[in-house]
Amino acid sequence: MIQLQDVHKSFGSNHVLRGFSMAITKGEIVCIIGPSGSGKSTVLRCINGLESYEGGTIHVNGTLVDNKAKSIVAIRQNVSMVFQRFNLFPHRSVLDNVTEGPVFVKGEDVASAQRRGRELLARVGLSDKENAFPRELSGGQQQRVAIARALAMEPQAILFDEPTSALDPELVGEVLAVMRDLAKEGMTMIIVTHEIAFAREVADRVIFMDQGVIVEQGPARATLAHPSHPRTQDFLRRVTHPIESE
Amino acid sequence: MQKFLADAAEFIPILFQGVVLTIGLTIGSLVISTLLGLVWALMRVSGVWVLNGTAKLFVNFIRGIPIIVQLFYIYFVLPDLGITLTAMQAAIIGLGIAYSAYHSENFRAGIEAIDHGQIEAAQSIGMGWWMVMRRVILPQAIRIVLPPYGNIMIMMLKDSSQASTITVAELAMQGKLIASSTFKNTSVFTLVALMYLCMSLPLMALVTYLEKRFSSGQR
Repeated sequence: MIQLQDVHKSFGSNHVLRGFSMAITKGEIVCIIGPSGSGKSTVLRCINGLESYEGGTIHVNGTLVDNKAKSIVAIRQNVSMVFQRFNLFPHRSVLDNVTEGPVFVKGEDVASAQRRGRELLARVGLSDKENAFPRELSGGQQQRVAIARALAMEPQAILFDEPTSALDPELVGEVLAVMRDLAKEGMTMIIVTHEIAFAREVADRVIFMDQGVIVEQGPARATLAHPSHPRTQDFLRRVTHPIESE
Repeated sequence: MQKFLADAAEFIPILFQGVVLTIGLTIGSLVISTLLGLVWALMRVSGVWVLNGTAKLFVNFIRGIPIIVQLFYIYFVLPDLGITLTAMQAAIIGLGIAYSAYHSENFRAGIEAIDHGQIEAAQSIGMGWWMVMRRVILPQAIRIVLPPYGNIMIMMLKDSSQASTITVAELAMQGKLIASSTFKNTSVFTLVALMYLCMSLPLMALVTYLEKRFSSGQR
């Protein structure tokens, strides 16, 4: 469903992606882990055209991703994104945040969009917050609204860019719980995360990235339990035992 | 004082004709300058090199020429090119164009103050450039832009007096006409000053209200 072939991307002299390739099939859940600056987020941002890329190709459902072409709008409707910092629209209520895309992008009528919006808010456990404004919610609640907003577009896949990294530790669980439910329902998901335990439990496949390339990948459970590459081993030791490895 | 009140009773009706023109000038040029200013600002943030460059050039061009000279140009030079405008039309267009430059810088600052994540979130649900602006950026930028907008409005009200230089009989001009025919300078110009104050003080109160309303509460 999503194919990246030898993708290269630079920010000035910083070569962030150095020939990155991966293929995601429908229903697959892939977690991308790796040290900061390794290009994980850039991969996601290239897939839905928030960043351009200089070399290689990215295809979504056979369509080439080109953020200067009209086709990018359709790709973005099929591949939603959830951001580290939520990026809810602060001037709109929770329900309006969720219905914004369906009503104004897809042209769905307001009543049906609101009905679906309420269902989605129920699904992420925020039925009582539909009239609240984002600033009145905790980080975990905001991120759950952001997930509902992404789902409202009825996407075929969702990209999660460190969805729990900006949250207080006690709020991480509620967001992961929602994502776990999505996984069970068969949503195609690409998740950039530092939550190793979550990756082990939910992901079909784990990709370990460093310096713009895939260092190692494989079935989540096996790869995380017995990483074969020294850099993967070192990274996992650092994130799972941050104090001892100092 | 007795004498001033008698003068006031006599002159206020005439001066009031000037007030009507002053208000008409201000509203007319406010509408034109706001719309034009928005166009410049959107061109500046469009990300299209040609549009950005054109708007930047134009805004600097306008800012670099005194309003009074722009008014002269529109009223006295354009007729040579076959475009004849009434004094009032020329004044409204002139002030509108001149002030569009100031609005544009204000609007641009407001638009650029919005977190880039907002644009990305809007794009990620499939919005195109114009819809991102209309649904996400501009509604948030208004809060930032409104207080300075109010201040520009007050400046416009006062600068509308420059239209007197191209024969628009607005408040300042009416005052000057009465004063030069009656020699009652003190009474007349005191009245003129008071009438400008009566118009601008409520606007200042509005700006203060807007600043309070939009600086606290909403982040």
